Amino acid sequence: MSNTPTDLRYAKSHEWVRDEGDGTVTVGITEHAQELLGDLVFVDLPEVGAQLEAGGDCAVVESVKAASDVYSPVTGEVTEVNEALDGAPETINEDAFGDGWIFKVKLDDAGELDNLLDADAYNALVAEEDH
Amino acid sequence: MPFIPHTEEDIQEMLTAIGVDSIDALFDEIPDELRCGELDEIPAGMPEMEVSRLMQGRARQDGQPLCFLGAGAYDHHIPAAVWQLTTRGEFYTAYTPYQAEASQGTLQLLYEYQSMMTALTGMDVSNASLYDGASALAEAVLMAVRGNRKSKSGRILVPRTLHPLYRRVTHSIVRNQGIELVEIDYDSESGQVDLSSLEQHAGEDFAALVIPQPNFFGVLENTDRLTDWAHANGMLAIAVVNPLAMSILKPAGEWGESGADICCGEGQPMGAPLASGGPYFGFLCCREKLVRQMPGRIIGKTVDLDGKPGYALTLQAREQHIRRSKATSNICTNQGLMVTAATIHMAIMGGEGLQRVAAACHANTKKLAQTLCDLPQVESPFTGPVFHEQVLRLPLAAKDALRALAAHNVLGGFDLSDDYPELENAILVCATELRSDEEIEQYRSKLERVIAAQVQTPCQLKPDW
Amino acid sequence: MIYEQSRSGRQATAQTNFEMPALPDIPQELLREQPAGLPEVSEMQAVRHYTRLSQKNFSIDTHFYPLGSCTMKYNPRACNSLASLPGFLSRHPLAPDTHSQGFMACMHELQEILKHVTGMHAVSLSPAAGAQGEFAGVAMIRAYHDARGDDARTEILVPDAAHGTNPASAVMCGYKAREIPTGQDGDIDLEALKEVLGPQTAGIMLTNPSTVGVFERRIKEIAGLVHDAGGLLYYDGANLNAILGKVRPGDMGFDVIHMNLHKTFSTPHGGGGPGAGPVGVSQRLEPYLPVPMVDFDGSDYVWLTEKERSDTIGRLSAFAGNAGVLLRAYVYARLLGREGMHRVAEFSSLNANYLLKRLMEAGFDAAYPERRASHEFILTLKKQAKELGVNTMDFAKRMLDYGVHAPTTYFPLLVPECLLVEPTETEAKEDLDDFVEIMKTIKQEAETQPELVKQAPHTMPVRRLDDVRAARELDLAWKGQE
Ligand SMILES: Cc1ncc(COP(=O)(O)O)c(C=O)c1O
Repeated sequence: MSNTPTDLRYAKSHEWVRDEGDGTVTVGITEHAQELLGDLVFVDLPEVGAQLEAGGDCAVVESVKAASDVYSPVTGEVTEVNEALDGAPETINEDAFGDGWIFKVKLDDAGELDNLLDADAYNALVAEEDH
Repeated sequence: MPFIPHTEEDIQEMLTAIGVDSIDALFDEIPDELRCGELDEIPAGMPEMEVSRLMQGRARQDGQPLCFLGAGAYDHHIPAAVWQLTTRGEFYTAYTPYQAEASQGTLQLLYEYQSMMTALTGMDVSNASLYDGASALAEAVLMAVRGNRKSKSGRILVPRTLHPLYRRVTHSIVRNQGIELVEIDYDSESGQVDLSSLEQHAGEDFAALVIPQPNFFGVLENTDRLTDWAHANGMLAIAVVNPLAMSILKPAGEWGESGADICCGEGQPMGAPLASGGPYFGFLCCREKLVRQMPGRIIGKTVDLDGKPGYALTLQAREQHIRRSKATSNICTNQGLMVTAATIHMAIMGGEGLQRVAAACHANTKKLAQTLCDLPQVESPFTGPVFHEQVLRLPLAAKDALRALAAHNVLGGFDLSDDYPELENAILVCATELRSDEEIEQYRSKLERVIAAQVQTPCQLKPDW
Repeated sequence: MIYEQSRSGRQATAQTNFEMPALPDIPQELLREQPAGLPEVSEMQAVRHYTRLSQKNFSIDTHFYPLGSCTMKYNPRACNSLASLPGFLSRHPLAPDTHSQGFMACMHELQEILKHVTGMHAVSLSPAAGAQGEFAGVAMIRAYHDARGDDARTEILVPDAAHGTNPASAVMCGYKAREIPTGQDGDIDLEALKEVLGPQTAGIMLTNPSTVGVFERRIKEIAGLVHDAGGLLYYDGANLNAILGKVRPGDMGFDVIHMNLHKTFSTPHGGGGPGAGPVGVSQRLEPYLPVPMVDFDGSDYVWLTEKERSDTIGRLSAFAGNAGVLLRAYVYARLLGREGMHRVAEFSSLNANYLLKRLMEAGFDAAYPERRASHEFILTLKKQAKELGVNTMDFAKRMLDYGVHAPTTYFPLLVPECLLVEPTETEAKEDLDDFVEIMKTIKQEAETQPELVKQAPHTMPVRRLDDVRAARELDLAWKGQE
C-alpha cells in the first residue's frame, strides 16, 4: 500500500477510477489486485460502445493460475479501451495506476462517484483483508 | 487378496501405528445406520484364468462379421507399432500431465498432436482432445455462440446432411443453455445441402453454420460456397470433417475466402479400433482469435530455467479448475491415450501415406457401389461426388436386407430409413482400404441371393420374420 | 520433436506400399494441393522417438503416484488384454444385436454390479468421464423439475471445496452455481446451507468423503434439508474408492451419482484419459437416464434408445460411450468380486490413515488433525512456507527428484499450501515408509538448504518451466525450423 494515489476513487472489488473532469472516467485495477494475481498473461477488454452497469462484470484479467473478473465501478458507456494491453498485459503489473488502465466510461450519473472509496478507506479495506 | 500387497504382519503394524485395533475402526466416523451389508447380489471374485475364459467366450460370441458399415466409425488398418507403443505403461498409466517436469513425454506428444491436427485441417490451433466427434461438435457450437459476439440469437444452422447422431448429441448438450439448432434440408438430387433452403435464412441472426465434409451420405459438400455464405451472413463456419478425408480434401482452414473458423470431428480413423464405439476422441481446432473460447487442455511450448525447450499445459484460466462456473467447458479428463495412438499413427503414415489410404477407401467404395448397382433394382440416388461412403437404394426394406445379410455374417451398411424415411429402402455403405475384391464379391453375391429370395414380385411382400 | 527428424520423401513403406489411386471423380476444387504437413519418418524412427518420449513420463507402472482425488492404483494388465480381444476390438458400434450379445452381456452385468455397489435404482454407462457424468446428472435433475412444471429452480449448490467440474457442469445445464462454505471441521457448514436453501434450489452437488478427505458425517441431515426444500442431491463419485462396499451413496440419500471408473475401477488414465463416468439414479430420475442402455428381455440383450425411453435427457456421445474402458472396468469388477470391493475401501483407508499418522509424527501438519482420514488426506505446509520460504510447490517438485510423483497441490483451494495425498490400496507398507522418509528428507533440506528445494527438480528432463511465457507467447503448434 506504499502506493495508493489519493486522487483516485476505489471500488471494494479492487478497481480504481479516475475522474477526467469531462463526464468520463478511466478505470483500472489496483496495485494490490495486480500483486495478488501475479504475472498477467491476458486481458479480455470490453467492447467500445458497450453499456455497463455499476457492479457488473465487464473485463477479465488473467494470470497463469487465476482469472479474475473486473467489475465496472460505474454505470455508463465504454468510450475507449486500452488496446495496448492486448499485446502487453504485463503493463498492468508494471504500472497499474498509469499505463495499465483498462477502459474509459462516459458516466450516466456523475453522482455515482461519491459511492466509491477514497484512498484511505481503500487502504483500510486492504489491511483488513490481509488478516 | 487381488492387487492388495499387505501381509498379516503389515496390517498389524499399521493398525498399531494408527492406534486402532481393527480396520473396521477406520470407518468410525460413518454413522452405523449407513453401513451396508455384504452385497450378495455382486458375484464373487474370480482368478484371472477364469475371467479370461469368460471374456474369450464373450468376445468369440460376437463373431467377426465382414464390415461394410461406416456411419461414423471406420474399419481401418492400424500399424502394429501404434498400440504396442501406446500401451507402454509410461503412457498408459500416467495421469493428466499436471507435473510438467515429470510428464514431458505426454506433453511433447500432445504438442506434436496439435501440430499434426493443425497441418491436417489447415487451422491455427488445436486442443488436446474432447470425448468424441459428436460431443466435440456440441462444444464447437457452444464456442461459436460465445465467440460470435455480433450474434445474440443463440441459434445455429445445422444441415440434415450432418450425421443424425451428431445432431441428437449436440441437441442434448446445448439445449439446457437455450441454444436452438435449426435444420436445413438437402437437395434430393445431389445429396448436398440445399442452397435454396439455406438462402431462406440469409440475413437472419445465427451464430454459426455447421458444414460437414464429407456429409453423412458420404457426399462432398461445396465447402467454399457454404463457408463464404456463412461469413457473408455474419455467421461463423463450423467444419465437421473426417480427418482421413482431410488428407486428400481441401483443408477446412482454406475453405472459401477466409476458411472455416472452427473445425471438429471424430478422430477414430486415426488409429482407434472400432471397439464398440469407444474410446475414440473428438478433435477441435480453430482460428487463433478464438483460442480463448476453446474448451479442454491445450499444450504450449516454452523454456525452462536454463532456457531449454519444454512443454506445459497452457491457457488454463479457460478451464474448470481455475475458472469454475465461468469455464469454457466442464471437461477435465479427455481422451489422452487415444490421441497418443493417433499421433503415432499419423507420424508413421505421414501425409502421403494417409492420402494413399484415403484414395484406396474411395476407390474401394466406388467399386463396391458399382458392383452392387449391377444388381437388379439397386441404384445410387445421389449424384454428388463421394469420399468413402455411398447411399444405395434397394428393392426391399433396408431393415430386412440388412438383417438377412447379417445372418450371412455381412454387415451390409447403415439403415437410413429411420432418419430419412423419404429415401425409402436406402442404406449407406462403406468399403475401406481393408476390403478386398473377394470380399466385395461376397457382399454382391449375398445381396443378390437376399434380393432374389425376398423380391419375387413387383408388389413387395414383407417376409414374416 | 518428431518433425525435426522429418525428411522430404521418407515413408514408413511397410504401411503404404500400394499405389496411390487416382481420384478422377472428385472435382479439383475440393481437393488439397499438397499432402498435409505431417512428419516424414521411417517406422523405426517413429518407434524410437515415441519410446524415448514415453521414458520421460512418471506413471503408475514406474513410480509411486499418490495424486489426491485421482486414485492412481495399479491398473491390472488382464483388464487391458481381455478388453483387447479381437472380437471386442473389431465390433462395429452399430453392429446388430445378433452380433453383439457377448459385448452387451458384459455391459448389462456391469450396470447391475454398479447399481448394487452404489445402492442406486438404475445405471447408465454412457458418460465418457466424470464431468460428462456430472452433466448428465444435473441435466436429469433439471428434467425432473421441468417435468413437474417446477421451473423456478435456478440454482445448484456446491461446496467451496468442490472440484471445478461441479460448478462448470451446473452452468452447462443452464443453472447458476452457488457456493456454500466448509466448516472448521471439514464438514459442510449446516447453518450456511439452511440459509441458502429455498424454492430456487434445484439441487446440491456433494463429494463424500469430501474433497478435503473426510466423511461428511451429517449427510443424512443434509439430505433431509435439501429434499425438504424440494431440491435433489448429486453425488460426485470421485472418492468412491474410500467407501466401496462399506457405504452406498443410495443409502445416504443421494438421488443421482456418477462414478469415475478410471479411478475406483482401475481403468488406466492414459496421460489424460479416456475415462468413463457412468451415472446411477434413484427411482424418480430413472426415466431421464442418458441413452443408450442395455436391457435383458429374458432371452436376449437389447439396446434401449430414444425410441424406448422418450423422457431421456438424450445422448452424450455418438455411440455408447467409452466401451473399451467399460470392458476394462467389468473385468476388474469380476476379478475383485464383492469381497474384493470391500477390501478396496478397507486397504485404501488403512494406507491413508497409516501414512497420515507417520507424516504427523514426522512433524507435518494435517489440515484436519482431529478427523479420521478417508482414502486420502490433506497436509498443509503453511508453517514451512512461512518459516522457511519453501512452499507446497517446492516440496512437490523436490519429490520428483526422489522418484515420487507429487500429490495433488493447491486443491482444494480453501486449505492454504495444501497437499492432497492419496496412496491407494495397491501400495505396500514399505512404499509408504519410503515416502515418509522422502518427506522427512525434504523437510530437512528445506531447513538447511532451502534453495535446493526451491530450485527443484534437478534430475528431470527439464527444470521448472516458464508458464508465463507459455501463456504470453503462445506456441501451440510446430511452425517449421526456426
Ligand atoms: C472430485 C472430482 N470431481 C470430478 C472430477 C472430474 O472427473 P473427470 O476428470 O473424470 O471428468 C474429478 C477428477 O479429477 C474429481 O477429482
